[in-house]
Amino acid sequence: MPEKKQTVPFSGTKEQEEALLQVIAGLKDEPGALMPILQKAQDIYGYLPMEVQKMISDETGIPLEKIYGVVTFYSQFSLSPKGKYRISVCLGTACYVKGSGDIYNALMEKLGIVGGECTPDGKFSLDACRCVGACGLAPVMMVNDEVYGRLTVDDIDDILAKYE
Amino acid sequence: MENVNLKINGLDVSAPAGSTILEAAHIAGIKIPTLCFLKDINEIGACRMCIVEVKGARNLVAACVHPINEGMEVRTNTPQLIEARKRTLELILSDHDKKCLSCVRSGNCELQALCQELGVADENYFSGEMNRYEPDTSAAHMVRDNNKCILCRRCSAVCEKSQAVGVIGPNQRGFATFIGSPFEMGLGETSCVSCGQCIAACPTGALYEKDFLDDVLAAIEDPEKHVVVQPAPSVRAALGEEFGYPMGTDVEGKMAAALRRIGFDKVFDTDYSADLTIMEEANEFIERVQNGGVLPMMTSCSPGWVKYCEHYFPDLLDNLSSCKSPQQMFGAVTKTYYAEKMGIDPKDIVCVSVMPCTAKKFEIGRDDQDAAGVPDVDISITTRELARLIRKVGIDFQSLPDEGFDDPLGESTGAGVIFGATGGVMEAALRTAVETLTGEELKSVEFTEVRGTDGIKEATYHVADMDVKVAVASGLANAKQILEKVRSGEADYHFIEIMCCPGGCVNGGGQPQVHADVRNFTDVRAVRAKVLYDNDAAKPLRKSHDNPSIKKLYEEYLGKPGSEKAHHVLHTRYVKRSIN
Repeated sequence: MPEKKQTVPFSGTKEQEEALLQVIAGLKDEPGALMPILQKAQDIYGYLPMEVQKMISDETGIPLEKIYGVVTFYSQFSLSPKGKYRISVCLGTACYVKGSGDIYNALMEKLGIVGGECTPDGKFSLDACRCVGACGLAPVMMVNDEVYGRLTVDDIDDILAKYE
Repeated sequence: MENVNLKINGLDVSAPAGSTILEAAHIAGIKIPTLCFLKDINEIGACRMCIVEVKGARNLVAACVHPINEGMEVRTNTPQLIEARKRTLELILSDHDKKCLSCVRSGNCELQALCQELGVADENYFSGEMNRYEPDTSAAHMVRDNNKCILCRRCSAVCEKSQAVGVIGPNQRGFATFIGSPFEMGLGETSCVSCGQCIAACPTGALYEKDFLDDVLAAIEDPEKHVVVQPAPSVRAALGEEFGYPMGTDVEGKMAAALRRIGFDKVFDTDYSADLTIMEEANEFIERVQNGGVLPMMTSCSPGWVKYCEHYFPDLLDNLSSCKSPQQMFGAVTKTYYAEKMGIDPKDIVCVSVMPCTAKKFEIGRDDQDAAGVPDVDISITTRELARLIRKVGIDFQSLPDEGFDDPLGESTGAGVIFGATGGVMEAALRTAVETLTGEELKSVEFTEVRGTDGIKEATYHVADMDVKVAVASGLANAKQILEKVRSGEADYHFIEIMCCPGGCVNGGGQPQVHADVRNFTDVRAVRAKVLYDNDAAKPLRKSHDNPSIKKLYEEYLGKPGSEKAHHVLHTRYVKRSIN
């Protein structure tokens, strides 16, 4: 069974909940309401954890599994929040042939998460991206807005240490 | 309705407007293979087994969902189509666990049958990467093995549409897609009601009940144990299908003979405790009506329905009858009254039930189901398991004589028999409640308004200066409609019968699986229910309160219906559960 457990504790606020309930109340009687509700919910919370999906299920009567099925089908939805430091590894053609796949795998191993997830302390999240426009520096990764190029697997520890 | 004329394989065919190509072909006696299609439930045209050629169409079309038109020319069996279907099967097999020899569905698998029909010569034609899943054994009643799943979605469609539960469905995308529960919960952690309709819908061996046959055989082998068995009404209406009898054959006599030859010490009958349930339930209903109790009263014989009520309508639990189900009443009487009568320690009795139901496996483990301080029922097996057991111990079912049940827990009336069909419990209860309220004998014991396979039935009976409004629902999606009306106060019924499975227990999740190509064109519910109604009509006694063994049970042990002792032995409580 694929492991896709939530790693970061939920910390939604009362204001976020009210905003979500308002969105649902406005949409729930329309056919095909689930997609726009999920998109707006992700705008409000930044991601779609179980607590949020449960709220949507309770309010709309749509089974939780159906919601989860839609969330895991579309890549636009995320089950994990973004970390304080958002790491994106470029898996575009140039970076990939220069070994960014190894960098990506090494990051998953070091952080103990898979792509799309966030570390339990909320510090690092990891995603793959396609070309940041710096192919000359391949392989490339970004931490928030900082670009790191000509990477080797050995560079990773030093880069992560800068954000500890 | 207007008819449309078309040609299928060169034959002139006339079919009602609005029919699909599949339906029109069926009328013409032409079989188009299907796999994901379940009529009214899963009409998604996804598996591509039923593709046909339509003259003028750009692509091959899915016959299961494509409507017919005047003058349409269809071909269903060209070499290219057969080759394309074969290729589809080979692709399905490329990510299917092909351990067929040890598979519970071997010989009865729809995928296997299609491979044989279409002549798949190499099951590894496309070999490559495969998904690997840990089977989910978290639920009390069943196993989900995604390694054998072909993603047809019949299970999740039944769960959501027929049963209004929806705890399984497709997660992820593309090659990573699998059928699962939200957030990778085990089925046992969800609000699954254990009905097993997903198992009945599954074409392969991906879904199957937990098998307890080794426990049954071990108990029978143990000289210290007194092992009694009780088959439910619906088992006799379907068991024959496993042994080559046409659907709708009553095999009650052979079933009793088979159970005796398996080695049970006593072969009793759940029909007996169905009669007992009516005594208690009719009495409870009269008491509620006369003393201003909570109405409408709702039946409680169907454990899938009871669990659904606990999860989804916990505010209506006071409306549920406190009566245990016939399975549990049988166990409770066996381990109290019968144990005392026979001088056997209840701890040494093993009570085995044979049920058309998988939720019964969950029910035996519920709290407050232990009248004698030990579980009322020890092992619950399905009709399918009984068929496997009969084969396993080497009984030639067809050559068995017809035998009867043992006394005293084997005697029953027609009212007990019809418990297996939607409306049957209501009819049985009315037979007793009306006579009790009026003090007069019924002119006719048949309440035909509550018969038939409609999902929702309503009737009003004028009884002793009162209009008694009743409703009957089967299939939880239908039940949900009625319950929402009760919740809102819109409905003013007095008595509601709910059965979890569409059509009632005859169509239960533990019954022999019926391939979709039969199920799509035959009303399995009606054919099996007829067995029970015919059985009832042929009985000399048709009212539960006329059952001599039940009368004796009250005289010798329980006193009267609703007595303190009856409450201790035959009634139970419910718990609120959450939705997941």
